[in-house]
Amino acid sequence: MASWARQVSRWCCLLQTARAAEFPRRLRSCSSTAQACRGFAPLPLLPSRNDVLPWRFQAYGHVSVGSCSPPDSAKDGSLSSPESNLPSPVKQEQAKAETLPDLNTKILYEDWDDIPPSSALEEISEEAAVQIIAEPLLPLQSSTLRDYVDHSETLAKLVHLGVDLSQVEKRQKAGQLLLTLDFEKDVRKILLFLKDVGVEDNQLGPFLTKNPYILAEDLEALETRVAYLKSKKFGKAEIAQMVSRAPYLLLFSVERLDNRLGFFKNELGLSVKKTKDLVIRLPRLLTGKLEPVKENLQVCQIELGFQRNEIQQIVFKTPKILTASKKRLKQTFDYLHNIMGIPHHMLTRFPQVFNSKLLRIKERHMFLTFLGRAQYDPAQPSYISLDQLVSLPDEVFCTEIAKASIQDFEKFLKTL
Amino acid sequence: MAAAAVPGGLFAVYKPAGVAWGCVREAVETRLLRELNAAPGRAPRQHVRFLPAPAGADGGAAGLVAARVPVLADHPLGKGRRGASAGGGGGGSPGRAARTAPDAVSVAVRGPRFRRLKIGAGHRLDVKASGVFVLGIGHGNKLLTDLYNCHLTKVYTVGGLFGKATDDFSDTGKLVEKTTFDHITREKLERILAVIQGTNHKALLMHSNIDMKTQEAYELAVKGLIRPMEKSPPIITAIRCLQFALPEFQLEIHCLHETQQYLRKVVHEIGLELKSSAVCTQVRRIRDGVFTVDDALLRTQWNLQSIQKAIWDCQLKVKTELEKTLGHHNKSCLPKMDAAMAHAADS
Repeated sequence: MASWARQVSRWCCLLQTARAAEFPRRLRSCSSTAQACRGFAPLPLLPSRNDVLPWRFQAYGHVSVGSCSPPDSAKDGSLSSPESNLPSPVKQEQAKAETLPDLNTKILYEDWDDIPPSSALEEISEEAAVQIIAEPLLPLQSSTLRDYVDHSETLAKLVHLGVDLSQVEKRQKAGQLLLTLDFEKDVRKILLFLKDVGVEDNQLGPFLTKNPYILAEDLEALETRVAYLKSKKFGKAEIAQMVSRAPYLLLFSVERLDNRLGFFKNELGLSVKKTKDLVIRLPRLLTGKLEPVKENLQVCQIELGFQRNEIQQIVFKTPKILTASKKRLKQTFDYLHNIMGIPHHMLTRFPQVFNSKLLRIKERHMFLTFLGRAQYDPAQPSYISLDQLVSLPDEVFCTEIAKASIQDFEKFLKTL
Repeated sequence: MAAAAVPGGLFAVYKPAGVAWGCVREAVETRLLRELNAAPGRAPRQHVRFLPAPAGADGGAAGLVAARVPVLADHPLGKGRRGASAGGGGGGSPGRAARTAPDAVSVAVRGPRFRRLKIGAGHRLDVKASGVFVLGIGHGNKLLTDLYNCHLTKVYTVGGLFGKATDDFSDTGKLVEKTTFDHITREKLERILAVIQGTNHKALLMHSNIDMKTQEAYELAVKGLIRPMEKSPPIITAIRCLQFALPEFQLEIHCLHETQQYLRKVVHEIGLELKSSAVCTQVRRIRDGVFTVDDALLRTQWNLQSIQKAIWDCQLKVKTELEKTLGHHNKSCLPKMDAAMAHAADS
């Protein structure tokens, strides 16, 4: 955050010096017509700076307003005294500048060379004084983008695109990055690229919210990575799905992506096609850390006692298990296996139980036990599958599985 | 706008066993926040900007028209807005300029409207215990303090299991010893319970700081208000056996200033008194002051509407109880003033 401030203040300094060096005369002439200066000065006066961020113009506008307004222009006075031969503004001209701010400003520029000089101490009329707006300066230092959003075209456009700036500014250096970008120059090409990759229009905002850093990436590098994925025989729709679901995917270098694909293939012992299928369904496997995945596999194998082929089946059915928390996995397994007495091969058939909350499994199992219906063996009558146990909503579970009313279920829950 | 009003008051939730009370509080807060932030907020604030009027409409002098422009809302005008502020931003009175402070921007910029709620917890329940757990939102936090100062009794059902002893008195702890329990009968158990109730009754009278030989004590006793009004060791006001089926049994305990661990210890001591041992299988609070198990909201009901309704339903109960207890004690503190006022009214 502090470094934004540094940047902002640096720009301010830059503008101040530019003002002093390049166009003292221009500024002098608009000293008493501050709003006119604010209105059009930046655009025609800085032809060489057309590539500069629009909000800097804004900042410039503010700075000039702040220091040019006669009441606080002691500093300006010293600066302008040697130029007292400069023309002073004519009321008429001022009116013209006000009313026709979008007019051809070149004409005005030429006209102003013959305007008689004005002094900083010169009295101005009540009308003119009223027309000077003293808007507060842009804050030099801020912890949020909120202060800048009304002055930056890039930020404004990103907001209209659906980017949640309040989320972005929490990320390290992301806010600073957005402020230094120019929409036309930097952002547009990335957006077009993402559209080419296949990210949906309404997904662009959430995508950039998750990963603002992609805006600073080199376009060629991004294209290479997409080309790499294509070379691995991922279809266009699949790449689109992967990129939108795991926004950080394209920030990974080709070597790293290759490494990671290899990791999943070797570690799980899956075929190429199955590995591809896995990462298409859960692309965040590729962008997440690999250490927890390794640990989870170890937990499944050693602590929970699953066979290698069982693990393959489980992972293929519910890839989420690889990113789940170890502790939760163990607790759920402990309850399912040791208390509900469900054997390994049944768990392999219904691995989705590991995704549901332990509390939910507990409550439902206890209710079924209370009713005498807790029967999870498919070989016997009135069998209840694990899938039905966890996936159905409460109402359906009560009527279909437990054959009881939801009120009874709630009453039962209050006795636990 | 009206939809997103933060409720304030007291309500009870049913805390499941195995979850820390802090997590319950957090869960309620997140769910409320989600609903409050999903509700439509206030309309985006408006800038007053002076936009250039179409040329030639009424001469050169009055070429600016005042217009209200939303401050960076999701609005197609967003593009034109910057042009407006840069191109025609002159000519406003200072008062108007001050009103357009740039601090109000749309939610996407500002983040969610509510970030945290003041939710306070009443009497705590430890991780293994379940039952009625009182929470307060907003001004409910003050009521929580008042309710604490009322020192109301709480009711628990406590499950026990004879024949085992563990290091933390609960059934999940490390097993310390195994004993026989065949000799225990319901009569023996109830005799022990009567002893416990008797000793605790003495302690209750001692800690309530009231001279038993006074009219005041009689009046308090009639109203059932004899209880310690300051900190005291845990006191059991009533204890009875609900179920007895060896090796299991279930007790109902009315008590105040207890902790759940103390109740487990009571079960353990009952086991020892009966020349056996016992562990506590369940501690479940079925009443906390005025809040009963029927008032408590289950996990599925932790939403804005149910909570608002629960607050509404309990308001009266809480109020009458507070008036009954605190009102009485305030009066007893200032009996002379009361008498003086009565005298003044007479004359």
